[in-house]
Amino acid sequence: MVKIEAILQPSKLDAVKDALLEAGIEGMTILEARGHGRQKGHTEFYRGREYTVDLLPKVKIELVVNEEMKEKAVQAIIGAARTGRIGDGKIFVSRIEEAIRIRNDERGETAL
Amino acid sequence: MCRRTKLLLLTLFLGTPVLALTQTTAASSAPATQAQIAALQQAVQQAQSAGDNAWMLVSAALVLLMTGPGLALFYGGLVRKKNILGTMMQSFAMMGLVTIIWAIVGYSLAFGHGNAFIGGFEHVFLRGVGLTPNTDYAATIPEQTYMVYQLMFAIITPALITGAFAERMKFSAMAVFLSLWSIFVYTPMAHMVWGVGGLLNATGGHIPSLDFAGGTVVHITSGVSALVTCIYLGKRIGYPQQNMPPHSMVLSFIGACLLWVGWFGFNAGSALGASSLATSAFVNTHFAAAAAALGWTVAEWIHNGKPTALGAISGAVAGLVAITPASGFVQPFSAIFIGLVAGVFCSFMVFEVKSRLHYDDSLDAFGVHGAGGTLGALLTGLFATRIINAAFGKDVATGAFDGHWGQLLNQAAGVGIAWGLSIVGTLVLLFIVDKTIGLRVSPEEESAGLDLSQHGEEGYDLNS
Repeated sequence: MVKIEAILQPSKLDAVKDALLEAGIEGMTILEARGHGRQKGHTEFYRGREYTVDLLPKVKIELVVNEEMKEKAVQAIIGAARTGRIGDGKIFVSRIEEAIRIRNDERGETAL
Repeated sequence: MCRRTKLLLLTLFLGTPVLALTQTTAASSAPATQAQIAALQQAVQQAQSAGDNAWMLVSAALVLLMTGPGLALFYGGLVRKKNILGTMMQSFAMMGLVTIIWAIVGYSLAFGHGNAFIGGFEHVFLRGVGLTPNTDYAATIPEQTYMVYQLMFAIITPALITGAFAERMKFSAMAVFLSLWSIFVYTPMAHMVWGVGGLLNATGGHIPSLDFAGGTVVHITSGVSALVTCIYLGKRIGYPQQNMPPHSMVLSFIGACLLWVGWFGFNAGSALGASSLATSAFVNTHFAAAAAALGWTVAEWIHNGKPTALGAISGAVAGLVAITPASGFVQPFSAIFIGLVAGVFCSFMVFEVKSRLHYDDSLDAFGVHGAGGTLGALLTGLFATRIINAAFGKDVATGAFDGHWGQLLNQAAGVGIAWGLSIVGTLVLLFIVDKTIGLRVSPEEESAGLDLSQHGEEGYDLNS
């Protein structure tokens, strides 16, 4: 099993969610987040004072899938979130040791 | 004066043919005709009184609209979100505190018969302030209307100061300091400029200075006291290294627009009647605000590369401040000029002077009200004309361009006295409050925000 974490532009959330559902992914968790990568932030002016806003609003989407679904999910996210401009976001993939369904103590991939 | 002459002419005009008739008829009907004339006279007076009173009551309400919600929203939006309720409460507290003070002693000290510097105690607890006009001030409206209209000015003036010490003063200290301030700084200044026998009164004062709606009384006193207070109190923790952007420009925007609308009551209401002078002040007020909004916006566009919303609304307020003393004395194009200059000048005060002198006037109460008020008071001496308001008599020049250059000195004296009284009065009161109950919140309370630390509540609870 792998966990896919993708950090996205908030405006791309709906498109990514739809693409994942279409690809057959059934569950996901969405977090509102703030952060920046290499694009850094932007500057704002209030009464002549310059403020640097370096933490920008982002959306983080988390899902755990089995090995076969990994590439399909990653492609779905890329397909829906890419604009080609700086700030499109990142995807991280990591290994998951165990998944447990709280309702009936089911373990492993069947719990996904 | 002018209105009284008109009234007299009208009665004469109506009366003369009637009188001519009575001479030819029997002598016995004369008393009846005289009674008719008297009734007519009374009806004319009542009609004028009704018109004037309607406008003045609306104006009083408009001036209160400037404090709450106008100023409360304008200032509230400019602070960080942990301080919004604390900031709005400071304006609202003035609506409560100053009202009671005004009834007990404030009105009497400002408008009672006293000496050249302060009024007397004859109207303490509103004694003698009834529904008949006080001919010293406004002969056509009930004195209670005049009293409550002036009260609204007394409320907004200390509320303006709160912008300078935003986000760091204890609520208790603020309440005591501003209550004392309204008694010891506001009432003497109001008496000197507007009170009978006041030192700076335009009609009859030793130094006749022109202040139509409160450039010195309201804006210089509040702006200069704001500067003194923010220097005495020190900077906010983290200023200027930390980002402290306004948390809601939307609230500030609504607040500034309400200020603009309310200002029509402030300036046009200062004609104290529904007269042509009120129209003049109304037009000037609007023109100056518009010109200043443009002035600040363009200055900022050139200076920083972008025309900001905050710049546009700050400019409008600066123009409204600057036209306040001039509104009932100048012509519309003078008002446009005063507004333009105020927009550019106040933006310069805020962009350059504040950061160079390193004081933390959090919401620019001095940069807008102190600087704009001073500029406006001086420019009034330049542009005042007897065509709009023959303040010194029908054939006497008022301002410099009208032929009376000495008026500039009178205006400067008014400005100087307002600055002096504000600096000394504010310093003394701050010292007293600081040594007794302490002015500033603790560093922990400051970082938690005034909402939680002073009031035990939050402006925005999005989880409930």
